[in-house]
Amino acid sequence: MCGIVGLLLKNPALRPRLGELMVPMLIGMTERGPDSAGLAVFTQPVAASLHKLSLYAGEHDIDWSTFLASLTAALPGQHELKRAGNHGVLTTSAAPDSVTAWIETHAAELTVLSVGRSIDLYKDIGAPADVAKRYNFANLHGTHLVGHTRMATESAVTPAHAHPFTAGRDFCLVHNGSLSNPNLVRRKLEPLGIEFETDNDTEAACRYFEWRLREGDDLQTAVRSGFEELDGFYTFLMGTDTELALVRDAFACKPAIVAETDDYVAVASEFRGLAHLPGVHGAKLFEPRPQEVYSWRI
Amino acid sequence: MAHLKQFDLAVTTLREVNHYLHKQMVADGVQSVSILNPDGAHSLACGMNAPADIEIDGHVGYYVAGMNKYASVTVNGNAGPGAAENMMSGFVRVRGFASTSAAASARGGCMVIEGDASTRCGISLKGADIVVGGDVGSFSGFMAQAGRMVICGDAGDALGDSLYEAVIYVRGKVKSLGADAQYETMADADRASVAELLGVAGFKHDPAEFRRIASARKLYHWNADANQEY
Repeated sequence: MCGIVGLLLKNPALRPRLGELMVPMLIGMTERGPDSAGLAVFTQPVAASLHKLSLYAGEHDIDWSTFLASLTAALPGQHELKRAGNHGVLTTSAAPDSVTAWIETHAAELTVLSVGRSIDLYKDIGAPADVAKRYNFANLHGTHLVGHTRMATESAVTPAHAHPFTAGRDFCLVHNGSLSNPNLVRRKLEPLGIEFETDNDTEAACRYFEWRLREGDDLQTAVRSGFEELDGFYTFLMGTDTELALVRDAFACKPAIVAETDDYVAVASEFRGLAHLPGVHGAKLFEPRPQEVYSWRI
Repeated sequence: MAHLKQFDLAVTTLREVNHYLHKQMVADGVQSVSILNPDGAHSLACGMNAPADIEIDGHVGYYVAGMNKYASVTVNGNAGPGAAENMMSGFVRVRGFASTSAAASARGGCMVIEGDASTRCGISLKGADIVVGGDVGSFSGFMAQAGRMVICGDAGDALGDSLYEAVIYVRGKVKSLGADAQYETMADADRASVAELLGVAGFKHDPAEFRRIASARKLYHWNADANQEY
């Protein structure tokens, strides 16, 4: 069991309140996922010459200013770091691949959680309320987000196994359910040069969809191809810089409910994650049907 | 008024409300209970064992009115998974939609869903009646053993898969029938059943518009020659 939440704000006036509206959604899904929590928040993109990388230090005591100084010395360009606890968002004019390569060699205690122009990603072990407080989720602003509360069933409880998973740039996925053929998917993707970071089943789905998107599929087509390739139970919620997409497998064992108003689209595993939202009682409420792909653009 | 009691789940805990319904309501002579602000709470009015009218204003989570006996429970909103699961008797009405496994395994009583029901509605039904005003999702009536199901809208895939002796009446389109389910001729008794249940639900349809689906009873005995094809 896990909890998923998603929120896309159509009304720009609400965007400074994205985090505040989302935190009760995430906490409302605590009973479904008390082990770990995380979220990806999408903001207006940084300038075309820049990228953002979400960095996670875990238990390591990082001297962030030394890290930034060494990075600046090694890779010329503009680098800015915004910190929240053991987490930092680096905005950089250097090529993201050279930054991640430099981090792997020179700051191996840091994990790169996400890369893109819009995405910031936070995930950690602990109760959703604690994780939300640790990273000050209530103060986040942006256009849309994808969040998750985890009750681990198939792999370890570690920050790396928490959701959302990311692949490529400005793409993330959260999952309620379990896949029975993640290793098959992995064996298909690894020869294509796609590297995995964990043994988690959800990571296989995330990397599979991101691969399809890179191959030119739109999100709808990519998700539909997953009906053939991914075996198991799932409600997936995916985020890109411009879109949220939601899909349930043919058996639809894993719940989801959507509330849509003129101001927002909100997704949660259960209504109790949505009950606090303004105007939710007048919202269009529905359960996503099996194997139907729902998507909303900002 | 001694016979009416109201709870607001915004100020009273779910446990207190259910405790009252189980342990105190009858002693107080209360016959009518209204519950406000359920906000998706689980197991609300679950395990009722006394005749009373319970009215819930808002959307509820899992297992509302589960194992219901004698009570009449109305949800003025949507219900989460497993509404009226294993109901023994009484009446449950959901005015909005019901999530998966509504009235699963219910032995008696009647459940009315005014909106759509999701997948597996009436799975393993054991004697209760179900009336759905809208559509039902895939695998509805799976292995239903006894009871009646009236579907006013459409049905998804595998309707009535592996049916035993429950009977399904459907008015709309059926995406596919499950293994061993078959259409059968509507007899006068079937039309009377549909009319009776539509009357209970308050839905105005002509019973003549419904088709009967029941078991072909070919799965009752193992057939090694069937090669898993039914």
